[in-house]
Amino acid sequence: MSDLAVIQAKGLDLTFQTNDGAVQALKGVDLDINRGDFVSFIGPSGCGKTTFLRCVAALETPTGGSLTVNGMSPEEARQARAYGYVFQAAGLYPWRTIAGNIRLPLEIMGFSKAEQNERVEKVLELVDLAGFGGKFPWQLSGGMQQRASIARALSFDADILLMDEPFGALDEIVRDHLNEELLKLWERTGKTIGFVTHSIPEAVYLSTRIVVMSPRPGRITDVIESPLPKERPLDIRDTPEFLEVAHRVREGLRAGHAYD
Amino acid sequence: MPLVIAAFVLWAAAWWLNIRIANGPAAGSQAAKLGVPAIFGLTLLAMWELIVRGLDLPMVILPAPSMIAERFAASLPILWQDFVQTVVKGALSGYVIGCLAAFGTAILVDRWDFLRRGLMPVGSFVAALPIVGTAPILVMWYGFDWQSKAAVVVVMVFFPVLVNITAGLQETTQMQRDQMKTWAASYWQGFWKLRLPAAMPFVFNGLKISSTLALIGAIVAEFFGSPIVGMGFRISISVGQLALDMVWAEIVVAAIAGSAFYGIVAFIERKVTFWHPSQRG
Amino acid sequence: MRSLLPVLTVVAAILAFWYVACIPMNIHFAAMQAERAGVPVTPEGMAPRREMGAIPLAARNPHIWAETWVQDKPRLPAPHQVAIELWQTTVEKKVTSKRSLVFHGWVTLSATLVGFGIGAVAGVLLAVGIVHSRAMDMSVMPWAIASQTIPILAIAPMIIVVLNSVGVQGLVPKAIISAYLSFFPVVVGMVKGLRSPTPMDLDLMRTWNASRDQTFRKLRLPASVPYLFASLKIGIAASLVGAIVGELPTGAARGLGARLLSGSYYGQTVQIWSALFATAILAAVLVAAIAAMERATLKRMGVGR
Repeated sequence: MSDLAVIQAKGLDLTFQTNDGAVQALKGVDLDINRGDFVSFIGPSGCGKTTFLRCVAALETPTGGSLTVNGMSPEEARQARAYGYVFQAAGLYPWRTIAGNIRLPLEIMGFSKAEQNERVEKVLELVDLAGFGGKFPWQLSGGMQQRASIARALSFDADILLMDEPFGALDEIVRDHLNEELLKLWERTGKTIGFVTHSIPEAVYLSTRIVVMSPRPGRITDVIESPLPKERPLDIRDTPEFLEVAHRVREGLRAGHAYD
Repeated sequence: MPLVIAAFVLWAAAWWLNIRIANGPAAGSQAAKLGVPAIFGLTLLAMWELIVRGLDLPMVILPAPSMIAERFAASLPILWQDFVQTVVKGALSGYVIGCLAAFGTAILVDRWDFLRRGLMPVGSFVAALPIVGTAPILVMWYGFDWQSKAAVVVVMVFFPVLVNITAGLQETTQMQRDQMKTWAASYWQGFWKLRLPAAMPFVFNGLKISSTLALIGAIVAEFFGSPIVGMGFRISISVGQLALDMVWAEIVVAAIAGSAFYGIVAFIERKVTFWHPSQRG
Repeated sequence: MRSLLPVLTVVAAILAFWYVACIPMNIHFAAMQAERAGVPVTPEGMAPRREMGAIPLAARNPHIWAETWVQDKPRLPAPHQVAIELWQTTVEKKVTSKRSLVFHGWVTLSATLVGFGIGAVAGVLLAVGIVHSRAMDMSVMPWAIASQTIPILAIAPMIIVVLNSVGVQGLVPKAIISAYLSFFPVVVGMVKGLRSPTPMDLDLMRTWNASRDQTFRKLRLPASVPYLFASLKIGIAASLVGAIVGELPTGAARGLGARLLSGSYYGQTVQIWSALFATAILAAVLVAAIAAMERATLKRMGVGR
């Protein structure tokens, strides 16, 4: 089991010092994420789901417990460029073309010119944006921008993909479409994905495992193994199995909220 | 007197025409956008001519535009010399040195937060001061020739450019900086690829403000002492001789130089910050 | 308050640099005086020293460094000399004295304020006209914007001399320069402000069937306040520069500009520097006064803190 785990958290604590006193963002979080897993984090705001992802990415430093990524500390993993991170906003640079934006991390990581071009072509294809490389971000729709940002995270071929509410700002129709695309992409690339969301259907539809979290202090209240098959057409969301899982997630969220 | 009346008739006619164009169907067209201000400007010029002639105003009070144009055409070599002395040697060299110095300082300020928090309030404060007052001191130190003018310009443009570049370098969002971090980018990679391009709209704002300041500095510094060439020198000497046509000719040169200078900077801005919402149009 | 310590550090560094800079700037004269007074200086004699750079000379004669901070007409006066001069010419002189900086400051300030008042009021009125008349907007606005890019300050000496020749002197010509320098920034800023309400805001007014006048008073005018104050700050600084430059061409005897000019005629560097600091302080006070008005206005409108 543990040789499969690419992300391992044990008793992870994180306390922020704010003007209103200490806030416990994470308390005693234990979680193993295995190679090839698609793990969703769901919970109300303040439950620490984004904070956990940021700890994995070494954007926050835990105040207690242990956390390893690919067997290294998060900071070492960051230096080794072990993961691609997709933020809620596409965050593409308006002064660079789509291809230029995807090339950006490759330039930073020192890939050769030829390899840069090859990889850009490949990931543009992967997210269905072939032919749009010469456009500027502001000439594309929000959904296309977010696809470009996923392509950027994939371009340097890290085996972990961390996604922080990547589709949160998009409308439902675009979101459904991108969810479907993301599943296909995951199947094709076999990456390990950590995915933060606040949408129950999204979490259930995408994940092999759903981590339900609750706030004050931020902690895990339930981890649900999805019984759904790997092949998931959009209308799987109307099957009893799907609704069953969604129900369990909702129950978990409610339980975490009970004393509010 | 008839000429004066003609001036006002012309005014009324031109104004009526502009109202018709501005409220007509073609108001949004490029031609109207250029035509209306052109009509307005030409009308003012014509009125100026008519009133000066009509009232027989002496040249020592207000020369007519035709006289200014005549003087301008007749004095091209002198005007060119003055232009080279004041604009090219004084303003331009000072502008380049001042902007480069500000850029270098901005990078230092950017690397050390302590320096930024200390220098920025001081810099904004100094940027609001009448720095042109340093002209007599700098003329004393660097002599009457263009070097002292360039020095005044350096001091004048330094702080506005510094404040704008530094503000621009702060422009990135936390998310963009986090993103750089996830790629384990070095300081300089983040600087060249993210923060400097993001700062460009601010940088150009500073460069545009400074282009005007540079000319003002170079001209006013000449009021405190100059060789016998230069726009500020010519203005002050011609004012003394009551040769107002020459003064106006120099002012025309200053206006052309000023708008050309600004126009060139704005043109480069369009090329560099084509992506910014304000430039996409 | 977080920035207090860094600001103080930077100011202290500037002062320290200033004192250090005085040494090479004034060392040649200090060496000459020291030699006259019988203090040994290396190298001896004027001629070899004249050949020498200021920094090597300073490095070889550390014992006369102190002399560089107390000269009568130094190339660069030390900070304390400027401070003392400022103190003596403001607090210790009667305000009616020709040597009082308060007196000269007031001459410049009064022209600045009169000009600024005229320029700002005229600027706001023109901006209102521009926002309400398309013809005016299209005719005038491009020129108002273009005027920001040209050094209109160059007209100042001519205005002074022309008005002088028809017998108008003193405050009025300077005020005219101050007025036109503050006029254009105020026009441009105010137009921007009056146009700042979004299409949604304006549509909302339309759904209430608000009259043009109501839209102006209840939406456009309040929305323009921050823009107005921003341009007033630029305007008043420009007005002050205008008044000072207006004092140069006729060799006026009164005003801060006149102090700068006479100081540079007679090599009275301490006087120049103290006049320079007086203008800086005046500019800072004026801008701060506008900022205080801004805060008070925004507070009354309920948007400031």
